[in-house]
Formats: sequence, C-alpha cells, structure tokens
Amino acid sequence: MAIFINENTKILIQGFTGRIGTFHAQEMIDYGTNVVGGVTPGKGGTEHLGRPVFNTVKGAVAETGAEASIVFVPPPFAADAIMEAADAGIKYCTCITDGIPAQDMIRVKRYMRRYKKDQRMRLAGPNCAGTISPGRAMLGIMPGHIYERGRIGVIGRSGTLGYEAAEQLKALGLGISTSVGIGGDPINGASFRDILEEFEKDPDTDAVLMIGEIGGPQEAEGAEFARDHMSKPVVAYIAGLSAPKGRRMGHAGAIVTSFGESAAEKVEILQAAGVTISPTPSEMGSTVAGVVSKLAA
Amino acid sequence: MDIHEYQAKELLAKFGVPIPRGGLAYSPEQATYRANEIGGSVWVVKAQIHAGARGKAGGVKICRSDEEIWGAADALLGKKLVTTQTGPQGKLVSRLYIEEGTNIDKEFYLSLVMDRAKERIVVCASAAGGMDIEEITEQDPNSLLEVVVDPAVGMQGFQAREIAFGLGIEPELVNKFERTILGCYRAFRDLDATMVEVNPLVITKEGAVVALDAKMSFDDNALFRRPQISELRDKSQEDTRETYASDRGLSYVGLEGDIGCIVNGAGLAMATLDMIKYAGGEPANFLDIGGGASPERVQKSFRAVLRDANIKAVLVNVFAGINRCDWVAKGVVLAVKELDIKVPVVVRLAGTNVEEGRKIIDESGLTLQTAESLRDAAEKAVAAAKQSAAEAA
Repeated sequence: MAIFINENTKILIQGFTGRIGTFHAQEMIDYGTNVVGGVTPGKGGTEHLGRPVFNTVKGAVAETGAEASIVFVPPPFAADAIMEAADAGIKYCTCITDGIPAQDMIRVKRYMRRYKKDQRMRLAGPNCAGTISPGRAMLGIMPGHIYERGRIGVIGRSGTLGYEAAEQLKALGLGISTSVGIGGDPINGASFRDILEEFEKDPDTDAVLMIGEIGGPQEAEGAEFARDHMSKPVVAYIAGLSAPKGRRMGHAGAIVTSFGESAAEKVEILQAAGVTISPTPSEMGSTVAGVVSKLAA
Repeated sequence: MDIHEYQAKELLAKFGVPIPRGGLAYSPEQATYRANEIGGSVWVVKAQIHAGARGKAGGVKICRSDEEIWGAADALLGKKLVTTQTGPQGKLVSRLYIEEGTNIDKEFYLSLVMDRAKERIVVCASAAGGMDIEEITEQDPNSLLEVVVDPAVGMQGFQAREIAFGLGIEPELVNKFERTILGCYRAFRDLDATMVEVNPLVITKEGAVVALDAKMSFDDNALFRRPQISELRDKSQEDTRETYASDRGLSYVGLEGDIGCIVNGAGLAMATLDMIKYAGGEPANFLDIGGGASPERVQKSFRAVLRDANIKAVLVNVFAGINRCDWVAKGVVLAVKELDIKVPVVVRLAGTNVEEGRKIIDESGLTLQTAESLRDAAEKAVAAAKQSAAEAA
C-alpha cells in the first residue's frame, strides 16, 4: 500500500522540459515511477523523454488520468503551478521549489480551501526533497538507491537529513514504506500531523520516524496527534539544539520566534506526548530499531 | 531582511501612516542642521541600528538645543551600541535619525506578523505601548487584541475599528486609527513584509495619531519582486562573515565556536552542529552549500569558513544525492591544495559513489581525515580542534 504514491500512481511533472525538471524526471522514470507526462505552458503537443507534454494541468489530467504531480517550477511561478494542480483535480502534489514567497504560500493554502475536504488536493512541501515509496515510486529528487523498501514511515522537513535517516535504517536492515518531505518553509502544505494520520491508517506501516527542526508549531501539533490518535509508535529527532534564538538556520522556517519552538522545548513536548526521542542525529536508525523490536516481542 | 527605523517610517508614510517630521544625519553638523530644518524646541536623536531596545541602551536622546544635539550625535556616531537584542558585540551606529519631539498623551503597541499556525497575517495590538511583545504577553496577556486577516479579501475596515474600539480610543480618533492600521496592513501585504511593528503608536496631546517608532522585516524569498526593498539593505549591520557568504550564494550563520562546518542541506547542517556539541566541541558556523555541491562551491565554502580567525578545524559533511561523492571529494582536495589550508580537515561523505569519494581523499597525499558516520566525523573534528588549539597555545 504505502501512502500517497505507489507503482500504479499516474504521475505528472510540472516544469517538465526545464533543465532541473528534465534531469529529475529521467531519474524518476529510471526508478520505475509511472510518469505519464508533463506540463510546460507553450510546449503542449510535443514529446519529452518519451512522454507527452501538455499546456495545462487540466489538459494533462483529462488525457492521462494523472493523479499526482511534482512541481519544479521556479519560485516566481510556483504558487500558480500548485493552484493549477489543485484546480485540475490532482490528488497529491509535492513541490520541490525552494524560495517561494511566504505570502504566495498563504494564498495557495487559502485557495486550496475552496475544495471540499474529500476533493481537496494534498500538498507536500514546498522546499522539500519530495516523496518516495521505496521500490514502488519516486516523486522527488532523492537518491533512490539509499531507500530500502520496508515498514517504517518517515516524515521530515529536511532533505539530506532524511537521506541520513534512510541510510541509518537501511544499515540496520529496516526499510521504509513511504518517506514524505514536508519542507523547510514557514508556510507549507501537509504538516507532521497530517502525514501521521495517513501512516496510522496505512496497513504497511508499523512505526513512524518524524524528523523535525527548530521553528514553527507543527512538531508540537504532531505530538498532540500522536498522543491522542495513534496506536503506532512514533520516534522523533529535532535538529537545531545548538541554534541560537532569533537566528534563521538556512531554512526560511528554521527560526525560533516564540515559546515551544526551540529544539529543547519541542523535545520536551514530544516526550510528554509519549514519542520516543532520538537524542542525536546519529541515533535515528537505532532508536527506531529499538522501538520496532519491542513491537515484535 | 531587516531595515532601519527611518526607512520603515518612510515606507509606512507612503501608505498613509502618520510619522513625526524627521531627517537623516551622518555627522553632528548634519544633525544640528536637520533639527533647524525641522524647527521646534525639542528633538530626539535616534541611533539607527538593526536592533530594538535602543532607548534603554542610550541610543535615543532627547535634546533641547544645538549643543545637546551636537553632543548626542558626537557620542553616538561610530559607537557600537549594545542592546539586549544585539548580542555582546553590539551594532555600529553610522546613521542618526533626528526627529521632532512629540507630546505623548497615550502609547499603544501595534504589530503585524505572519502567523505560522494560522497561516495568515495577524494584527496584534495592546494598550500597553512601549513595552515589547514578550513583556506584554508575560505581564498582561489579556490586553493583547488579535485580528486574523483573510488573504482572499484582505484586512477590512471593521477589523481595524474593532482594534481601535478594543483599545478604548475616543470615537473622534477612531477614523485616524483605522487609517493607520490599514496603512500598516497594506504596506505589509504590498511589500512582502514578514513583520511590521509600531511601538509605540501614540496619540499626541494635540489629538494626532503618530507612529513614533517603526520596525519592518521582509521576506528574503520575495526580494526578487521588491527591488526597492533590496536597495535598503545596510550591510554594515550584518556579521561580515555572513555578508561575505551570502554575497556568494551560500547560506551561512556565524557562531561562536572554533569548528568550521561545510554541509549540504539546512537540516543536516543543523544536525551536524548538534553532533559537534554532543561530542564536546563548539561549531563556528552554520553553512549550507545547497543542492549542487560542485568543486567551485566547495572551494567558496572553504573560503567563507576560513575568514573566521577562530577556526581550529574544518568538518565537511556531504550526503550526496544528485551529486556524486567522487565529485565532492575532488572539490575538497582542490580547495585544500589551492587555499593552502593549515588547520585539520575532517571529511565525511555518504550517499552516491561514496567508495570512490573516500579513495580520492585517502590517496590525495593531503592530511585529510575521513569519517564513516556523522558521529565519527563530529568526534574526529572535535579531537582535531582540541589538538590544534593545544599546539597553538
């Protein structure tokens, strides 16, 4: 099963013919992802990487039945591309683009609310590495080969820290059902809470690793959900314990502005909610392994 | 991006927010000249730095004569002002804002922020003007009024009036208040701000509404469409290490320690700093080299990190996805050779083509240490920094 994407999911690439879109589309196709086409306004009717190109997402959906999309559109136009996907009936969209203005994302989130919850597109990102269901489909820019197929769900803000987790899990013989990047921007699509909910429902996921960082309220919200609504164990690592207050650490969203947003406070909140903490970034894999071994017993 | 008070006021004034008359000065002569231009008998000399709490730190001086203005300007210019928000190193005062004195009757707090939980712009106000928001929420949280703006239609007049009446403003001043709040909102929206703070917003004894102080911050991601805001950047207010790196497209934050860090990805970079701390060391910086860890970017990163004189060791931690480790390794070898780096360098590579990458490092003939895991890398870097500090001593 996995969540959001599997081998059958029909995938569309927005920003298909650009340099970055082309490179990653090829990687995704080579991984075995079911890429059915792409969108580049003005290039409709042509073919790229052996797949049809469309002028609009609506046109692409009508023609191919695409259900999920990945956005490689540059920052000034990315919000527009996400809203176009939402309007065209795409069910799951991940946006890789880094550098989208926060007010554009506010408008995107507001726009998505036009649709009833059961028809509303799920957005992951922006500013993330994408989503991968190992061995089934890759909707992202990650190195697919470091991900082993398995039964751990992973949710993370950071791309490379997610790779770190995938490698640690693989070294311990643990695989991943789906890994979802939610991105490092202050206003983003799906939150930890939203993805935890999906993993709780997924019969192919036994436990979840959430990789958070300083800034924002979403880790605390995830903790509350884990405490009240999850039967599956959750492990968390929060990056930025050494980050000074008020300084932005790379990600636009990684800045401590109010109470509950520092790494130490988040760890405390998660612990109080019964989430198992990985004390260092080197122990994400072993902490998950410890939790999973207790499940088997 | 942050700007100065006088710049924020000029911007807000264009959106109909009333501000006191004032002018900029770079010298005591200009300061007195400005005061004479403005006229009146009381002036305020305000140090322009990118930090709050200037008043308590002596950065705001009330003057009643040319001599006092000259003296205040002379004392402030060229000084490093240390406030509770600047850190111990302080911020250099190179500009002064000379403003007419204001007869304050009542002071209010007004701010607009991007609320991450609500995913909206939120307008906050309090009758406890002059105090900062932390003090207000601590001492008198009930006094804080909040209005959430729907991005589909923007802030409405009734929302601004709700704030005005909520603050107990006299009916004849409510219109002025409404225009001021809506002006701040439009400035926030149209200029891609992330924060507008008017503290205090005052009612004068003459019955005027005036923004007596103003702070604005802007969304770096939106600067591509706000060239008029980019022009307001004052690099003298930034950490020189950070300016150097950001001018070269690197995401760098200067810290206090002695281990230089070069990492790809913001999350992994933060995790690397954490790991150094756990291993008993202190990181000198946060540095994310971004997605394309080309040999040139690796070299630029080494240059940026080594500008910090405190560096005792450098830790390179790259998890190659799209990049291949062999390519990154070549970049490291090239950088260490060309820059003639004297401090120990620890390299941890992971991901695509990791074996080839390690081989290049091992066979380079340079005294580079390789590490297998993040923990291993942090421990080696901490040990190396301690050793080179001991040798230097």
